[in-house]
Amino acid sequence: MIYYDRVSKIYADNSVALEDVSFSVEPGEFISIVGHSGAGKTTLIKMLLAEEVPSSGSVFFESINVHEVPNRRMGEFRRKIGTVFQDFKLLPSKTAYENIAFAMEAAGRNEEEIRSDVPHVLELVDLGDKLNNFPDELSGGEQQRVAIARAIVNQPDVIVADEPTGNLDPVNTFEIVQILKKINDLGTTIILTTHNKGVIDSLKKRVITMDRGRVIRDDREGKYIL
Amino acid sequence: MNWVTIKRIFRTGFLSFWRNGFVSFASVLMMVFTLFIIGLAIFTGVILGTTLQQFRDKADMNVYFTTDAQESQILALQTQVNALPEVASTQYISATDALANFRELHQNDQLTLQALDQLGNNPLGAVLNVKAKDINSYGAIANFLQGGGALQTGQPQIIDKINYFDQQHQDAVNRLSQITTSAKWIGLIIILIFVLITIAISFNTLRLTIYASREEIAVMRLVGAGQGYIRAPFLVEGVMYGFIAGIVTMLLFYPLTWWLGQSTASFFGGISVFSYYIDHFALLFLIIVGSGVILGLISSYLAVSRYLKI
Repeated sequence: MIYYDRVSKIYADNSVALEDVSFSVEPGEFISIVGHSGAGKTTLIKMLLAEEVPSSGSVFFESINVHEVPNRRMGEFRRKIGTVFQDFKLLPSKTAYENIAFAMEAAGRNEEEIRSDVPHVLELVDLGDKLNNFPDELSGGEQQRVAIARAIVNQPDVIVADEPTGNLDPVNTFEIVQILKKINDLGTTIILTTHNKGVIDSLKKRVITMDRGRVIRDDREGKYIL
Repeated sequence: MNWVTIKRIFRTGFLSFWRNGFVSFASVLMMVFTLFIIGLAIFTGVILGTTLQQFRDKADMNVYFTTDAQESQILALQTQVNALPEVASTQYISATDALANFRELHQNDQLTLQALDQLGNNPLGAVLNVKAKDINSYGAIANFLQGGGALQTGQPQIIDKINYFDQQHQDAVNRLSQITTSAKWIGLIIILIFVLITIAISFNTLRLTIYASREEIAVMRLVGAGQGYIRAPFLVEGVMYGFIAGIVTMLLFYPLTWWLGQSTASFFGGISVFSYYIDHFALLFLIIVGSGVILGLISSYLAVSRYLKI
């Protein structure tokens, strides 16, 4: 489903972000990418979303070369991937409801679907009573749950979560991971990057370990070993 | 693009305009400044143009007739002159009218009036006032009159003298018009520079406004919104800035031209900026509001494009 083919990213000052990275992700997998800060986890994610262009190699999503998608079709392509980030990336001038509605509007869904789906998906992440709150009126955990609701509302094939628990306390971290697991159980592929040992060890899923831009381990049922 | 999308775009644009109240206010204010300068440019152009025209229109020619000239002869001559292609209009002032005009002109000059009364009969002849279509054709008309082409041979000479806009006068007016023309150009160039500067400032203000939204734009791209769908609400906002600023500017010009019109009408040879404002309201509205809308649209378009590349 997703295939990284010998991807390298070397910046102009010769600093290496990724070096000869190859691996593939099957549909329905829950894969965690671990490593220290600066190991290249986020760059790897940005490659999939075509936010970064590789110096060499290619990234394929369902046999489409991600970096050959023209700019005007990029929106359509990105709607196949739900994204969750460490800093939530909610639109600050929109309420929780509007943030999720925006993703649906972007996908061309009609008003009726939006009116029925948005409260439903907010209910799923346990925020049914915070529909009309702006992001700055929500706690970190609540904001991240809005972001997850936004990521899943268009029923994407993959959810990419880049350090989603990085800014959260242990209770909220546990809740977010439980929500991701639930989404995975319903058949959605999940790619999670983290450096939280507890999260990785409790998941008992595939783990890719990175160090200085290289993949150093790829374990079927891995643990956090660094 | 369907109706629902258009509705969403406008709703988002309006909401954003409203929620970013202060930024919107500042942008509109900056735009008012720009449009105000554009309006001033228009008014300056109009004043300079009409002043020059006034100078040209003041030129005319007076044909003085002898006191014994018959009115029928003069009227016949007037018909002939009117028939000339160079002539715009003629006005016949009879000897009686000329005397009345003279008396009115010197009504405070008792000495002259007494001298006039001493004469007993009317010493003034009739006058024919001729206005040519072009300032350069007075010489030709005078030649026509003096050359006798207008009069049948054998008839007594009825023209006493012709006072017209001769070479000397013309040189004076030409110099004056050169001065006004260069004044007009210098004025327009200065104003044009002002217009360009304020457009740049307005453009930059909108860029900063949108710069503040660059992360939002990036998030929208990541969520999978298309370029057009992200850009359109910003365009709506830009157009709103321009439209509101245009209306405000037009409203500002009402008291300003009223005041200016009162104090400058006599100085600029009769043109009142206020009556120009009232008479050409629709045109001015179109130019000012149109400039605002186009400026807002282009500025927003260019500014958003910068952040849409991700």
